[in-house]
Amino acid sequence: MHTNNTSKLKNRVILNKLFKLLFIFATSIALLFLGVLIYRILSQGLDYLTIDFLKNYPAPYIEEAGIFAGLMGSLFMIAITAPVAIILGVSTAIYLEEYAKQNKFTRFIQVNVQNLAGVPSIVFGLLGLTFFVYMLELGYTLIAGALTMSLLVLPVIVVAAQEAIRSVPKELRDASIGMGATKWQTIWRIVLPASIPGILTGSILALSRAIGETAPLIIVGAAAAIYTIPDSIFSKYTVMPMQIWSWTSRPQEEWQYVAAAGIIVLLIILLCMNAIAVWIRNKFQNRY
Amino acid sequence: MTKKANLNYSVQEMISKNKKSNSLGNLVEKLVPIFLLFCAIVSVLTTIGIVFTLLKESLTFFTKVSLKDFYFGTEWSPWTDKFGVAPLITGTLLITVIAICVALPIGLAAAIYLSEYASEKVRRTIKPILEILAGIPTVVYGFFALTFVSPLLGEIFTDMKIFNALSAGIVVGIMIIPMIASLSEDAMSAVPRSLRDGALGLGATKFEVAIKVVLPAALSGIIASVVLAISRAIGETMIVTIAAGATPNMTFDPTQSIQTLTAFIVQGATGDTSYHSVIYNSIYAVGFTLFVFTLLMNILSQYISRKFREDY
Repeated sequence: MHTNNTSKLKNRVILNKLFKLLFIFATSIALLFLGVLIYRILSQGLDYLTIDFLKNYPAPYIEEAGIFAGLMGSLFMIAITAPVAIILGVSTAIYLEEYAKQNKFTRFIQVNVQNLAGVPSIVFGLLGLTFFVYMLELGYTLIAGALTMSLLVLPVIVVAAQEAIRSVPKELRDASIGMGATKWQTIWRIVLPASIPGILTGSILALSRAIGETAPLIIVGAAAAIYTIPDSIFSKYTVMPMQIWSWTSRPQEEWQYVAAAGIIVLLIILLCMNAIAVWIRNKFQNRY
Repeated sequence: MTKKANLNYSVQEMISKNKKSNSLGNLVEKLVPIFLLFCAIVSVLTTIGIVFTLLKESLTFFTKVSLKDFYFGTEWSPWTDKFGVAPLITGTLLITVIAICVALPIGLAAAIYLSEYASEKVRRTIKPILEILAGIPTVVYGFFALTFVSPLLGEIFTDMKIFNALSAGIVVGIMIIPMIASLSEDAMSAVPRSLRDGALGLGATKFEVAIKVVLPAALSGIIASVVLAISRAIGETMIVTIAAGATPNMTFDPTQSIQTLTAFIVQGATGDTSYHSVIYNSIYAVGFTLFVFTLLMNILSQYISRKFREDY
């Protein structure tokens, strides 16, 4: 009886160790994927990543091809998307957290925002195609693409801003109201400054998603071959992911290396944005 | 006496002055909520816009192609007027099934490791690294699938096509690993310590605690995360456009080239399609089908996490 129990216990302990190894193994596989992905892209692209590559427009010859048009296009697009999405998103969050009454309409907006966040990005592209490109007759222009992107990142910014605003303690608001400040003065001078770090972090992360997004921009007509940088919001445009996609889908193998170089530039920009977001979070995080 | 009157006067003046300057403030107080409400309505309008555009163009499509042909036809070849959506749906399903087969075991195991075994320090390092996987643009994953995973699999399966469902599905799986791992880990971490201590005190091993106590307690969160991941896999566009090919094939053989709902929308929008042609309308009908699938998944996920939540 006693030996039976010990052997059972032994089995259970062995099982525990075995599965611990298995769990570690699975986690390392996930990390390995990331490592292989980054190694592959660096080893393929680094040789092609030159100053000329950053300065050149897309070209039919590998030596002359560059990502300048895509880089500038992405920057211009974010320059429009960021203010539109952040103003709309933060306003929505303030409304929901500070003004809205607890009724069916408020709950409807809330559920709606959650569901919008789960809509595939390509469906936003279809909305942009019908509404911005055809109905507002903007055509395949920078502004149509940027507005489509604004709607895409809007729900993410709303949710992040709501969380940031919610984390501001009630005592701060009460103190401000008690000093005679009005509701809007309290929001503008107390609540918003206190929640800015959270709002910025969430917004930067959302915008970095917009920079990497390709599918909706294909639908609203970002071009692959553009030889100028946009000179107005109604110009044709291209963005980095579009360039990478067009290089990836060429049959000659050498274009893969050009695509890899483009991916390195894209990843570096995303890395910088994420680093800034993390820095803001750590630097300005208020603990109440 | 005069002094007092003066004082009275100045106080009254101050109040009326104050009222005047306040009237601008009052106006702001009244206008701001209206402006904010207007902004909040934009998100509602976006949803209405999506449903409206998808429905409108789909309805136009269904005046040209019958509902029956669309949903029960088994051949998708828009350029020769064959609009049976089934091959696109099986293509999407195939990708999703492969992706979940990759992501569920790895993601769940990683979540259990991080939540139950790893030290706080290890957890704090590995979780953000895993989340980098979620931040990588999908076009990069597509590139990885086409230039690395496909050739690698081609060494194993000799009759593998260059564009195939397997490599695209695996890479979609890699993409959704952090989603399952991160959300499941959150759900498991929310299980109170006292439950674990109780089980450990009764002599259970860590593995038994994880499988028999923590996993059941966090099940609603885990299932919700998986359903959400499925929804992401269904809606994923660039990986399948780049790596899975553009041949609508009603097959469950993962070595074959297929086409998904999303990949057709890209093909239809980039090809030589004129505004208001049948093909133009068909991308909306396909988009509507996609929208309904993902919406159902999202609602299901929210329902599960709300309905079956264990509160401690």
